[in-house]
Amino acid sequence: MGKFILRRASVMLLTAICLTYIVFFLTNLYPNLEKLAKTQGNFRMTEAEVQSWLEPRGYLEPMPVKYLEWVGVLPGHLTELEDGRVLGRCVRPGVEPEDTPEYCGLLQGKWGFSTVFKEGVGGITFERLGLTGYLMMWVMLVMVPGALIFGVLAGMREGSRTDRTLSTTSIAFTATPEYVSGVIFIALFASSAGFGRIFKGSATSAMESANFENFFLPVITIALYGLGYIARMTRASMAEVMTAQYIRTARLKGVSFKNIVLKHALRNALIAPFTVIMLQFPWLLNGVVIVETLFNYKGFGWLLVQAAGNNDIDLLLACSVVAVVVVLVTQLISDIGYVYLNPRIRVA
Amino acid sequence: MEALTWTGSFGAYLNPIIYALGVIALLGMALQFIIPIFVTTNRSGLLAMQKGPADYAAMAFLASATGIVAIVVLYMVVAIVGPYGVTGIIGEVGARFTPVWVALIATFAVSMTFKKRLGLYGKLFDSPIGMVGLGLVLFWVFTAVFANLIMTYDPLAQEVVMKNEPPGSPLSGGDGGAYPHYLLGGDALARDVFSRMVAGSQIVITIAPLATLFAFMVGITLGLPAGYFGGAFDTVLTFVANLILAFPVILLFYLLVTPEIVATGLPTYMAMVLFLFPILFLVVLFNSRYFTTPGKRNVLVAGTVLIGGWLYLSLISQFNTPVDFMGLADLFDVPGGILIVFVSVVFVNSPTVFRIVRGLALDIQTRDYVAAATTRGEGPWYIMLWEILPNARGPLIVDFCLRIGYTTILLGTLGFFGLGLPPESPDWGTTINAGRRLLSAFPHPAIVPAVALVTLVLGLNLLADGLREESLKD
Repeated sequence: MGKFILRRASVMLLTAICLTYIVFFLTNLYPNLEKLAKTQGNFRMTEAEVQSWLEPRGYLEPMPVKYLEWVGVLPGHLTELEDGRVLGRCVRPGVEPEDTPEYCGLLQGKWGFSTVFKEGVGGITFERLGLTGYLMMWVMLVMVPGALIFGVLAGMREGSRTDRTLSTTSIAFTATPEYVSGVIFIALFASSAGFGRIFKGSATSAMESANFENFFLPVITIALYGLGYIARMTRASMAEVMTAQYIRTARLKGVSFKNIVLKHALRNALIAPFTVIMLQFPWLLNGVVIVETLFNYKGFGWLLVQAAGNNDIDLLLACSVVAVVVVLVTQLISDIGYVYLNPRIRVA
Repeated sequence: MEALTWTGSFGAYLNPIIYALGVIALLGMALQFIIPIFVTTNRSGLLAMQKGPADYAAMAFLASATGIVAIVVLYMVVAIVGPYGVTGIIGEVGARFTPVWVALIATFAVSMTFKKRLGLYGKLFDSPIGMVGLGLVLFWVFTAVFANLIMTYDPLAQEVVMKNEPPGSPLSGGDGGAYPHYLLGGDALARDVFSRMVAGSQIVITIAPLATLFAFMVGITLGLPAGYFGGAFDTVLTFVANLILAFPVILLFYLLVTPEIVATGLPTYMAMVLFLFPILFLVVLFNSRYFTTPGKRNVLVAGTVLIGGWLYLSLISQFNTPVDFMGLADLFDVPGGILIVFVSVVFVNSPTVFRIVRGLALDIQTRDYVAAATTRGEGPWYIMLWEILPNARGPLIVDFCLRIGYTTILLGTLGFFGLGLPPESPDWGTTINAGRRLLSAFPHPAIVPAVALVTLVLGLNLLADGLREESLKD
């Protein structure tokens, strides 16, 4: 088991390095840097002025060097100008040149400086992540039990009327992306045209104090899309377990149907949905970006859109790192959990 | 001209009936599956013939749902034959779709008649879910085909007085020839919501299946050898596929589709690689089959290379981009943004298809008929493309349907974030994005494309479900 985790973890690390390098490469392409120079300097810069803005700050170094500086393995680029000013990666306004650290990358905990929010990137990212975490917690609390109940009820009698109705409902949920269900929910429950303004169409106030009125719609919007998918997986798994020999044995012994479902089938039927729930995280991330934009809830997804839309390179990189790490860690947990839960799989 | 109401002049009598039927249908649907959960019945033999409360609930649901559909159909018939405006918005919208109804009824009638001879497609007509799915999908396909007959206005035309007007608003001051109403209202830029929705179906119905097809070409061309040969080739490709899959889709879109990246020509270079795969696929396909009869082989391969090559070069050579070399020989230019959207959607979908095909190839290559082909001395590509691939078609067709739906969702996501397509484009994602700003005051400009998108994706999912069910039967 230890060897398996180690191998998975090293592949994961390699993946993380590749992914961050790709993101780094794409965000540091010359047109992006040129735009950065123009928004930070002034919009009428000539080509030569752009060069002279970028050069001393270390933006024109070779890509791998820049990447290693960003990671914090190489010392940050420093240029001393003729007038004594010092420019470079690690230079921050208000910090004396002699206090400027030599290394400033992820390994040193320096995430860079956001050009949009005029703050350190690390602080903003983790603050926003907290808000998104709160949203995700509620989504999970609604989605997971809902999906499991849906799936178990549908799968315990395959082909029955309950099964058909619930399966079709799950298909309908998976066919409704967040930007559609969100729009429909707002139109129905938060506008004067539908059933009146029962809920709020904006979740901005939920950032300070979340309550049923301002938080229900965003949570249910994310939850529904994932719910359909997990429910279908649970149903398939439950239906398979219900045809197993030991269920038939239990039935022939005269165990009541309720006890068969709850005591014999359920535990085995929940192995597959567990992995699916973990692998849902990347999708939830998608949903989070859409819903936070739609409901104006200023969490991590909203931050990502702001960073990407405003060419805020450091912030976008930080968001990507967080997103990639979340995806890879959930994959790892799902792999390990699957092996742990399923006694039929043994890895050396 | 007066404003149209939803149900027109019969509304006073019909609205209560429709509401009542709707409530009965909802109650019936809920009860028919809630009752069996709590009331366990182990009926067998004769007792199974007796009807329980759940069966009555199901019958109530079916009857009331049929009632609603019947009223709506009656409305459309009255709207088609009767004078304009009597049947309100529902009737008139239905009447606009007349060519679609005719084509749908014709397709269904022909398919039902010959369903015994139509293989898997024919069997679809045995499953109600599959039929509903197929109906929904064909509805949008025909809408895209007949869009010019259905649209009431130019999707880009603005009539200033119609800004944010609710559905059924009359167009005051229009000349005699113009259509008298904005059937589903006007959007924030005073354009006709109904016509934009219909025009949007053309974009979605063209891009989504085509992009999925390209993704399948890429996935099949790489997945078959990866599964069949294994080894380092497989390891590297699987790693790359997992790499792309670990990217959050929206981040990838933001990285690929922003104007700065487009300016570097990166999406165009990706297009150059991705669009090569269909040609490669066809050449290998023909060559592996007909290399024993060089005459036929040469014609087929040369034809593929010539036609495919010219299409390929015209496609990737875009005016005013870093790749522009064809000049007058350039057959067509894909309008701004669409190529980029297309490429990013293909790029996102290919790794999943790759994984599916690889898994299928791994599974199928252990079968006896593959061993037989190997013993006959067939080459590896013949075995992959003419033995393994045809036997993997069942799951691939089902996944193709699902994936078109997923691609539609991705296209909508791109539109929702205003990426790729120009802001005046009538595609559904972009229209939802434009409509969401005034959502709580004027919901109709966003709701109409949203419902259109859901019905198409739902249709594709139901179709896939029906196909899976029917293909598992034999």
